[in-house]
Amino acid sequence: MSTKFENISYRIRRFDPERDTAPHWEEYRVPYTPGMTVLEGLWKVKELHSPTLAWRSSCRMGVCGSCGMLINGKPRLACNTQIAELSSDTVVVAPLPNFDIVRDLVPELAPMFASHQALMPYVIREDVEEREHPTNEFFQSAHELEHYLQFTYCIKCGCCMAACPTFATDALYSGPMPLGQAHRYNSDTRDGGFAARKQMLVGEPGPWRCHYAGECSRVCPKGVDPAKAIQLMKRELVFDYLGLHKTKCPANVAGKPTDGKRRDNIPEAPPHTV
Amino acid sequence: MLDSKSHPNRLGIWGWLGGGRWGVERYLYTLHRLTGLGLLAYFLLHIVVTSGRAFSAAAWTRAMSQVSGPFFKVGEYLVFLAFCFHAINGIRLGLVELGFAVGKPIEPVYPYRTSVDVQRPLALAALAVAFVLAVIGTISMWSD
Repeated sequence: MSTKFENISYRIRRFDPERDTAPHWEEYRVPYTPGMTVLEGLWKVKELHSPTLAWRSSCRMGVCGSCGMLINGKPRLACNTQIAELSSDTVVVAPLPNFDIVRDLVPELAPMFASHQALMPYVIREDVEEREHPTNEFFQSAHELEHYLQFTYCIKCGCCMAACPTFATDALYSGPMPLGQAHRYNSDTRDGGFAARKQMLVGEPGPWRCHYAGECSRVCPKGVDPAKAIQLMKRELVFDYLGLHKTKCPANVAGKPTDGKRRDNIPEAPPHTV
Repeated sequence: MLDSKSHPNRLGIWGWLGGGRWGVERYLYTLHRLTGLGLLAYFLLHIVVTSGRAFSAAAWTRAMSQVSGPFFKVGEYLVFLAFCFHAINGIRLGLVELGFAVGKPIEPVYPYRTSVDVQRPLALAALAVAFVLAVIGTISMWSD
């Protein structure tokens, strides 16, 4: 798009719980500079027009997941979205839908994290002593790592939850992020918690409410693809129901290298320089 | 949870259609739900109408005459179109929800290719089959 304009409009949905009974829209003009992100524009609004404007942000590089917002009709990270890519000289910013509004652009993410916690997003093993006080690594091949690596990139920004039409109507549904993370641990060969998590995946909170609108995957700023994780989890649950689920024992502790012998043709490492 | 005076912001039914710029699969999702509700409504009406036969032959004839007008003929046709879409799209959803056609986990490299893109040919094929069924049904229903 053309970025010839010198100023840009920000239309922001504001809500102050101390004064307002309902959110309202306010508009501001800020100077535009090439390469400017939506987050930088919000800082300009705060600096030039409204010091009380509230939002969450931290890393400014799409890593921390704090600045998820509804930007021109799509859930995105404000720091990861350049104004030039919006094809408009008006930036419409609202808090992520499907979460209560704490203030202005700050969503209440606590229910999402409660659902996440309920699905036990950590490695569960029977050998608690080894888990708490490991003596060595758990063995896992590179191929086994690929089964869940994609899902580990989740930054819990909540964009997927804001885009999910099922979560929009069903507050009991866990949503794409918690379910995707449950599958991330279910498919980790170091984990033995499938049976425990299965109990939490029954009924409304579980994956069967998902009917593949695919929006969670489309809006995910990290390419995590929660919709894929949820469908793969459903397959595992069906296989489990039919007694076909591959019950892999949690990976063993890798043995310490023994009998290692240096080959003759490998030269010695050079001495340390520092 | 913190005790705050937060304002509710759940989209509700509006979230099926509005609130964002969405892809094809979201509209298929919404259409699947709407056609499902339509078929359910037809099913209930069908039970009410045909239950008249339990009372008398005259009640049955009267019920049939009430639903034989052009309004119900068009309604029946819409039910058939809803069936074509709902049945074929349901098969697609059954396959996808069993993990077929969504691909394996991959290393996410920008620009991301999601499972939605991977299953798109299946979605288009399902729509094509539903369309062919609808055309055949339309010819059959309206050619008399």
